[in-house]
Amino acid sequence: MSLNIIVLAKQVPDTRNVGKDAMKEDGTINRAALPAIFNPEDLNALEQALRLKDANPGSTVTLLTMGLPRASEIIREAIYRGADKGIVLTDRVLGGADTLATSYSLAQAVKKIGNYDIVLGGRQAIDGDTAQVGPQIAEKLGIPQVTYAEEIVDLSDGHVTVKRRLEHGVETVKAPLPCVVTVTGSAAECRPRNAKRVMKFKRAVSTSEKAKLSPEVQAFLDARPDLNIEEWSAAFVEADPQQIGLPGSPTKVKAIENVVFTAKEALTLDGGDDNAIENLIKDLITNHTIG
Amino acid sequence: MADNNNLIVYCEYEDGRVADVSLELLTKGRVLADRLGVKLEAIVIGDKLDGVEKQLFPYGADTVYKVEDARLYPYTSNPHAAVLINLFKEIKPQICLMGATCIGRDLGPRVSSCLHSGLTADCTSLEIGDHTDPKTGKEYKDLLYQIRPAFGGNIVATIVNPDCRPQMATVREGVMKKEVYNPDHKGEVVNLDPKKYTSPEDYVVEIIDRHIEKSKVNIKNSPIIVAGGYGVGSKENFQLLFDLADTLGAEVGASRAAVDAGFIEHERQIGQTGVTVRPKLYIACGISGQIQHIAGMQDSSIIISINPDPNAPINTIADYVITGNMEDVVPKLIKYYKKNSK
Repeated sequence: MSLNIIVLAKQVPDTRNVGKDAMKEDGTINRAALPAIFNPEDLNALEQALRLKDANPGSTVTLLTMGLPRASEIIREAIYRGADKGIVLTDRVLGGADTLATSYSLAQAVKKIGNYDIVLGGRQAIDGDTAQVGPQIAEKLGIPQVTYAEEIVDLSDGHVTVKRRLEHGVETVKAPLPCVVTVTGSAAECRPRNAKRVMKFKRAVSTSEKAKLSPEVQAFLDARPDLNIEEWSAAFVEADPQQIGLPGSPTKVKAIENVVFTAKEALTLDGGDDNAIENLIKDLITNHTIG
Repeated sequence: MADNNNLIVYCEYEDGRVADVSLELLTKGRVLADRLGVKLEAIVIGDKLDGVEKQLFPYGADTVYKVEDARLYPYTSNPHAAVLINLFKEIKPQICLMGATCIGRDLGPRVSSCLHSGLTADCTSLEIGDHTDPKTGKEYKDLLYQIRPAFGGNIVATIVNPDCRPQMATVREGVMKKEVYNPDHKGEVVNLDPKKYTSPEDYVVEIIDRHIEKSKVNIKNSPIIVAGGYGVGSKENFQLLFDLADTLGAEVGASRAAVDAGFIEHERQIGQTGVTVRPKLYIACGISGQIQHIAGMQDSSIIISINPDPNAPINTIADYVITGNMEDVVPKLIKYYKKNSK
C-alpha cells in the first residue's frame, strides 16, 4: 500500500546552545549568534515517516514547513535523508502568529496537499516548547491525534498502531487514518544523509532562491521538477486573513523579560561556605536555569 | 447549570486519586477566583468517580462536575475534548487551568483550537492584572497573566488573551504549591450525562495496552545534567547524584573513569567514547576533566565543577567552581534548592 505521508517540521534557533555570546550586553538575545537548525523532534518524526515509506514502497514523504524563505535549508536536509519533496509556507502576513494561527495556516496547507494518510511532526519545537501545534492541526483537520509517540508499531487496514511514551509508562493505541502523530525525542534517531541523495539533490532550490540564479541554471531546473522546492503563500492555501498572523492570534505577548547570565569568568566558592552555595542556587533559580 | 464566568480546573484522576498537579492548580485557582470574585469549579472525567468530590472540596472547589462513563477511562483525546468543548459553550468559564502533563498537553490545544480561545503552555506563574492594547489603546481589566519561560529558558514572557475566552493555561507539576483551603469546605456536585457531551464518533482511538515502564536513559536531551567522575568514589555515592538529579529534574551522566570503575552503567557515559551533550546546566562532581570528557560537554551553557582539587583541569572551563567533596556539597545543593524553590 503506498501512503501519502506529510511531515511537519520547523527551522528553529538552536536554543540548547546558548553560549555567552548569544546574549548582548543589554541582556537581549543576539539571534545572529544562534545557528538555525532542524527542530530535533521533527527529525525523529521524519525517521518514523521514512520507516513507513521503507515498509510501503511507492509512498511519498512530503516535508511541510512554515517560516522564512531560508527554511528551505531544512527541506534540503530532509531530502538528503530520504524525503521526496518539500513545501515552504512563507508569507509576511503569517508573521507574528501564535500557536493557534500557526496551526490554522499549516492545516490549510495540509488540506491543499490533500489526500494524505498520515501527518507526522515532532512533539514540540525547542524555541517555544509548547507542544500545541500538532493537536491543534488535528482539531482543525477534524481528525484524531496521537501525541508523545515513540514508535509507529504498525500501519495496516486503515489504522495506525502507536506506542506512546507517557510520564510513568507506555501506552499502545490504535487510531483510524488519517490522523496526526507527534513524535518525542526518545524515538529512534533520524538516519543520516545519504551520500547518493546529496549528490542528486544538492542543487535543489526554493522558488525565491531559483529567481536569483542565472537563466541557464533556471532552464536546467525547469527541466528537473524534483529539484524545485515550492513556496506557498497564505492566499495560495486559501487562508482567511482574520485567522492568520497577529490578527489570528488570541494570545498576545504583554511583556518580555530577558534572562541575563552574569557569570563571565569562573567564580570559586568554598564547599564549606553554606551562604555562598545558597546564593548560587538562588541565582540559578532567579535566572531560570533550574526550577 | 451553574452560572458563567468562573474559573475551572480540569482534574486528572487515576487509581482513586486526584493528581497532585490538579490539587496544586485548585490551590492557585482558589486564590485567583477570590481575587476575581468568582467561583472555583473542578471537572473530573473518567470512570468510577464515586466520592472524588471529597478530595476536591478541601482545596476550595465550589462546584465539581462529574462525567462518568467506562469509555472515558483511560483518557483518550477526542471524548475528553468533546466534554470540555460542549460544557464550556454552556457555562462560559473565563479561565481554564490544566496540568502540563501528557494528558493536559494533549487535551488543552485540542480544546483551545476548537473554541479559538488561546492557550499558554507550561506557565511558571499566574497572576491577575490589567492590560492596555499597545495599538488600539483599549483597556482590559483583570486578565490572566500567563507567565512562562520561552526561547529555551532565555527569556520570560507574560502572555495575555485579551478577547477570547476561556483564557487557558497549563502548569507543570510541582510549580505551584498544594495547600488545603479548608478541610470543611463544601460545594455542589453536578453530574453530567456523558451521552449529551460526547458522540459515538468521539470514541475512535482504542487503547490496546498500558503498562508501567521505566524510560530509557535520555541524557542527550536533558536540559540539566548531574555528572559524576572517579572522584565520586563508589556506586553508593552515585545515589547522591541521582537524588540531586531527581530534585532538579535532571539526568545523571558520568565520565569514562566512573563507568570503567563500575560505579554506573555505560549508557550514561559522556565524552568522546560516550555521548556528546550541551545542556543548559552541567554539574560535574568529582570529575578531573580529561580532554576526552571535556570534548563531550564543553558546549554546556553553565558548568559547575565540584572538586576537592582547586587545580582540577575541568575548573578552567567551569563557570562556577565549588572546592570541596561532593559528599558534603551535593546534599547542600539539594537542601538549598528545596528551601528556595516554590
